[in-house]
Amino acid sequence: MSASRTPEPAQRATGNVANGITYEEPLLFELSRDGRMGYRLPALDVPAVDPRTVLGEDQVRGDRLDLPELSEVEVVRHFTRLSTWNAAVDLGLYPLGSCTMKYNPKVNERTARLPGFAHGHPMQPVALAQGFLDLAWRLEQHLGEISGMDHVSLQPAAGAQGELAGIMMIRAYHERSGQKRDQVLIPDTAHGTNPASAALNSYGVVEIPSGPDGILHPEAVAAVMNDRVAAIMITNPNTLGLFEKHIAAICEIVHRGGGLVYGDGANLNATLGIARPGDLGIDVMHFNLHKTFSTPHGGGGPGAGPVGIKDILEPYLPSPVITREDSPEGPMFALDDKRPRSIGRLHGHFGNVGMFVRAYTYLRSLGPDGLRRCSEMAVLNANYVLARLRDRFHLPYDEPVMHECVLSDRNLEEAGVTTLDIAKRLIDYGYHPPTTYFPLIVSGALMIEPTESESLEGLDRFIDTLLTIEQEAHADPEMVRAAPHRARHARLDETRAARHPVLRWQPPAQEDDPAN
Amino acid sequence: MSFPYIPHTPEDIQQMLEAMNLREIEDLFDPISEKYRLQRPLAVPAAASEQEVTRELGALAARNANLDTHDWFLGAGTYPHFTPSVVDSLISRSEFTTAYTPYQPEISQGTLQTIYEWQTMIASLTGVDVANASMYDGASATTEAALMALRATRRSKILVSAGIHPHYLQVLESYTAGLDAEIEVLPLDASGRTQLGEVDEDTACVIIQQPNFLGCVESLPQFAEEAHAKGSLFITSVAEALSLALLESPGAQGADIVCGEAQSFGVPMSFGGPNLGFLATQTKRLRQLPGRLVGETVDVNGRRGFVLTLSTREQHIRRERATSNICTNQGLCLAMATVYLSLMGRQGLRQLAEQNLARVEYAKEQVRQTPGLELLHSATHFNEFVVRVPDHAEKALGRALDVGSLGGLALSRVGMGSEQDVLLCTTEVVNKAAIDRLIRALAPQEISS
Amino acid sequence: MSEHELPEECFYTREDEWVRHDGDRAYLGITDYAQNQLGDIVFLELPEVGATIAQGEVFGVIESVKAVSDLYAPISGEILEVNADLAETPEVVNESCYSDGWLLAIKVSDTGEFDTLMNAPDYAQYIQERQD
Repeated sequence: MSASRTPEPAQRATGNVANGITYEEPLLFELSRDGRMGYRLPALDVPAVDPRTVLGEDQVRGDRLDLPELSEVEVVRHFTRLSTWNAAVDLGLYPLGSCTMKYNPKVNERTARLPGFAHGHPMQPVALAQGFLDLAWRLEQHLGEISGMDHVSLQPAAGAQGELAGIMMIRAYHERSGQKRDQVLIPDTAHGTNPASAALNSYGVVEIPSGPDGILHPEAVAAVMNDRVAAIMITNPNTLGLFEKHIAAICEIVHRGGGLVYGDGANLNATLGIARPGDLGIDVMHFNLHKTFSTPHGGGGPGAGPVGIKDILEPYLPSPVITREDSPEGPMFALDDKRPRSIGRLHGHFGNVGMFVRAYTYLRSLGPDGLRRCSEMAVLNANYVLARLRDRFHLPYDEPVMHECVLSDRNLEEAGVTTLDIAKRLIDYGYHPPTTYFPLIVSGALMIEPTESESLEGLDRFIDTLLTIEQEAHADPEMVRAAPHRARHARLDETRAARHPVLRWQPPAQEDDPAN
Repeated sequence: MSFPYIPHTPEDIQQMLEAMNLREIEDLFDPISEKYRLQRPLAVPAAASEQEVTRELGALAARNANLDTHDWFLGAGTYPHFTPSVVDSLISRSEFTTAYTPYQPEISQGTLQTIYEWQTMIASLTGVDVANASMYDGASATTEAALMALRATRRSKILVSAGIHPHYLQVLESYTAGLDAEIEVLPLDASGRTQLGEVDEDTACVIIQQPNFLGCVESLPQFAEEAHAKGSLFITSVAEALSLALLESPGAQGADIVCGEAQSFGVPMSFGGPNLGFLATQTKRLRQLPGRLVGETVDVNGRRGFVLTLSTREQHIRRERATSNICTNQGLCLAMATVYLSLMGRQGLRQLAEQNLARVEYAKEQVRQTPGLELLHSATHFNEFVVRVPDHAEKALGRALDVGSLGGLALSRVGMGSEQDVLLCTTEVVNKAAIDRLIRALAPQEISS
Repeated sequence: MSEHELPEECFYTREDEWVRHDGDRAYLGITDYAQNQLGDIVFLELPEVGATIAQGEVFGVIESVKAVSDLYAPISGEILEVNADLAETPEVVNESCYSDGWLLAIKVSDTGEFDTLMNAPDYAQYIQERQD
């Protein structure tokens, strides 16, 4: 039995939502009432002390702590209500390009909360942390195998920090060979963290234009490659969702010129088990555990950005490095911090360990077949979305895509409706919008990454919704431009927030007090 | 083979391929030429069921000492505190956990309001005007504070106390290695506190940790004065955030930037990550503040709401001119801390801090009364202090393990103190009996007599 | 034909700034096209009175909600005045970029530099080229 083909979108699409009740909830400080308490401490079993006597009068805080007073009930209701105002992967499709908003498995939450992980201390003796070090070691090995890299450091706390580590290692490498290289090549499709990471290492950025087919061409790279260039930073597939077909030639040009190749691993979900960055010429790359490896986004973090390298960069790895020695009792893990050429430490401890546990659990749950399946279905989904939308939405680059596709609002220019309007109108149908206005080389870009987590019906519903909005844009542009209409808020005034920043709550009566 | 996380049936796949005039899944990967392809399956372990996975992870976890298996006296920048059940219960809601960065404010008000509440409480606890939406951890927050000072003053010298967490110093060194910056370390005196240093016109900032790594309470105003006299910024880094509930706020004592680690506010120790860095400063330095910021505004109907704001400081717009390359904040950890702080509240947090102080005073008194043990520093302490044992720190800690205690940090492991010195932390997770047991184990009668 | 405002008495640069000679001084700012591209202006970083700017060099930064742009000096000179309204009401740049939304008043150091700039019709064409 196959599903009948969907009728005309206008008759059917209601997206993901219906009408319903949503809850109001003020700020904690507005709920606060003197004397309420949310948590009872145990009685003190040692002699109480007077802080002023012990620490000295001027060391002790005189003012009343400016924290709210609430009962446990109010705290629970407060945050429960707040949570209902969020879109979330567990509620529906979150098609943000280059974010890989895939399903976050719940078993990962269970394993991360095991006391042996959650209640371990970073500085406890290594002999009493062998389980943690073993897990970290295994994760490093698996990430290395998946990417074709020789060594992995889990330390960087986010993709951006992984990038920083990668560029720092590249810099250390060149300094070691006495070379004065002060430039990094970055394609015009790159994510903003790329040039920022380069700048943090005092590199100048040279932008490489992508070709008319949306990918980098060897000639364009050769034109700017010289002995001042330390590295090229490449994302593959790139932010248009296109596989950089000339990657081998490009890597060769850069290597021949004495430079190294940095791979931004944000889009790794497209090629798991199919092609490995290390096999394509990448010397160093970062992973995003919160993208490819299913750790949850948490409303903006925490993420994790391990970095993988080829042997030539091994001396420069962040310190300490986890080592493994086999012994009659089994493998023994230790930490090596005697690394004179290391770029040093980037995180206070090992990195976001809680995310390692989740990612490792995920890898064990999927295995090689599952990983490959992720990429196959991610790419299938993105191409399907593209196939069904391309007749009505402008397609800037008519090429087969990998795990994400980029459309634009050009066809709606006449109607005066922009990508921003489409995004806000999608909200009315219960969808978090795709990525908008990125990459910068596409005016009015709409970047859609469905991930492998979305079913066929889910995709069809989303596509039908976009097609409905496209019709609405022509039939009733005013309405679309004023969206969202059904969300908790209408469009929020971001200009006002930027011109007159109010970044903390102040009690109304004390607005005229000097700043705290 | 089917997977719980991937819904596609063979029929689905067939239908989709047909809709695109493709024959098989392989066709989708035509853009990737054969020479690039991996010609074998990935050499990672085969997929395991949830039962098997849970068992395997359980076995790995069981090989780690943790709060549940030992009495815990190890602090050193990551603090064992008791977290009420409400915290995990609330932040486990998938509307918090599986939400993205709140770039679309109309459907992210839960996250945004939580961040705004956090910003308010941190600004208030630190005593300055504005806090950002968190940093990765205390080490990177402190480093970013130093970078802010370098930019704001256009000077290159950083004076930092030897009492800063050694890992924070290492991170600072890594980040400044490629910049025009020079780090000078201010030594500690015999009392355990930082000595005043030479501040001059080339000094961008003076950084003091409060309390310092050895648990000693520093006197901040003198450093603030010295720094300001030469136009430098005074930065206070706080590793034990609970101390902010009891000690005079760094802002009130002249700090221009307050940074540090808020893991103590309901974030599990988790082998040091994910943590929760914080960074706060005065309004005049607002545009130099890295990281995300949430601001209050209204929608077109005049209804109050919250949005990410001043994004033009950040990497996705400024690109190479960004104040930092930071992209994520510690979102969910921030939510944990916000729930925790609202639960503890004005009275609870103060009370907890006073209880912690009472414990450290009790432990210090026991040390004073135990022959063979020496209280190394005459400074006052919050939460932890250094005890000198009669024989060898590692041996003493071994004795502690024998009585079920993780007794602290052997300072020589981080290149500080002598081989007899142990940094000992006493929070609310250790009761009187446990403290007594530990002190006895550190210097049993046989050794010291 | 451009729908953007283009006063005849101003000269224009390829970085979308305008400059207007006014007796012993010159006023400068960003063009209507520029403010339209940027969107709602929220903040400006400008040098102080007494500083000098050099033609073609970056002298400041202008921020809107979603974008940031360097400001390039159309001509060289010493800064006599900085528009005081910009701090409190940066929106004046959006609303009247050629009059109340001026950025700097400078003392022209080399009137010959005006010859290197575009006049209104040339600038209109430059806008047109970019929009195609």
